[in-house]
Amino acid sequence: MKKLLPAMLLLVALSAQADNYRLPKNAAFEEECTSCHMAFPPQMLHADSWRAMMNDLSKHFGTDASLDEKRRVAIADFLVANSGGRKTGTTRDAAGKPLLRITETDRFDKKHREINAATFKRASIKSPANCTACHAQAAAGDYNERSIIIPK
Amino acid sequence: MRYSLIIAALFIAASAQAETPRDFLTRFEKEAGSPASAERGARFFTAKQGGEWSCASCHTDKPTQAGRHAKTDKPITPLAPAANAERFTDAAKVDKWFRRNCNDTVNRLCSAQEKADVMAWLLALK
Ligand code: HEC
Ligand code: HEC
Ligand code: HEC
Repeated sequence: MKKLLPAMLLLVALSAQADNYRLPKNAAFEEECTSCHMAFPPQMLHADSWRAMMNDLSKHFGTDASLDEKRRVAIADFLVANSGGRKTGTTRDAAGKPLLRITETDRFDKKHREINAATFKRASIKSPANCTACHAQAAAGDYNERSIIIPK
Repeated sequence: MRYSLIIAALFIAASAQAETPRDFLTRFEKEAGSPASAERGARFFTAKQGGEWSCASCHTDKPTQAGRHAKTDKPITPLAPAANAERFTDAAKVDKWFRRNCNDTVNRLCSAQEKADVMAWLLALK
């Protein structure tokens, strides 16, 4: 029992930590990556996915999100430094290419298994990428079940 | 003397930073070499030109109102200076978004004339 207690405490601490997607402060990221959508948490993709995304910003999901080189490099470094590692897995597709969408990762699928495709297409939601439609506090990095409301 | 130097330096720094919406109209007209037309600007802003979107798809055809990003649904504050004092006050920001949004709507950069026309129209909105 004496040995078990620290192990249990560690487990509790780890699981409380496991779902922390709070955004590390970064002015360039906030300014450049929250104008078209809310801030997607750096922790949700592997470093390789962020690198791939940041190398092709002029064709970013059908829009031009290009940046000057200095900012591009600074934000890429920030994303890589705060990327998910063990938790997200490699975030690659079956062919081994880095996934660019959080919403295509296994982890996202697992967390949203109970939601069917038609729900994601509702006019009030439009896309699985529209996290704020259901997670009221997503922009602040809070995905806690308490603040989830699925709109009609 | 020392103080007046500092004040003068501050003044220069401030005036280099702060642009006004009218400065952009002046700049684009000068680059275009001919006067702007608010009427042409309105047409350019609201009509699709081969692509999926017009400027109005995200900024609405009455840019004194708030818009919404056509793909992500994120709210966008009004683009017309009369309704939003933060608009057209920073050249780097203005140039960046003209580059991106023109690529997204007309698949190329906008000409100086097109930018002058859009500016003239946005400035005329009350
Ligand atoms: C010019 C607008 C624009 C800017 C600026 C922009 N994005 Fe995006 N982003 C989009 C659009 C549009 C989508 C696709 C949304 C959808 O499918 O619903 C997207 C999607 C994403 C996704 C995938 C969401 C998913 O499906 O999991 C990530 C991650 C992302 N952006 C990160 C970034 C980062 C990092 C930056 C800053 C370097 C950035 N974006 C800047 C427009 C933009
Ligand atoms: C259609 C509504 C909807 C959308 C859109 C949505 N989610 Fe969720 N999300 C849920 C629901 C409901 C749950 C809880 C699922 C459960 O507990 O079975 C959840 C759970 C989660 C969890 C786990 C929370 C926890 O406490 O374990 C995370 C993380 C998460 N979502 C992230 C995201 C991200 C990131 C996006 C956008 C890229 C997103 N979600 C978009 C509805 C949504
Ligand atoms: C797909 C959506 C979308 C389309 C289409 C679009 N814009 Fe924008 N525009 C945005 C977003 C997002 C911003 C930045 C967010 C913000 O500043 O509120 C922005 C910002 C701007 C700015 C920056 C102004 C400033 O000083 O803050 C200008 C100028 C602009 N847009 C002009 C245009 C013009 C001209 C067109 C058509 C050629 C156009 N936009 C089409 C989404 C769009």
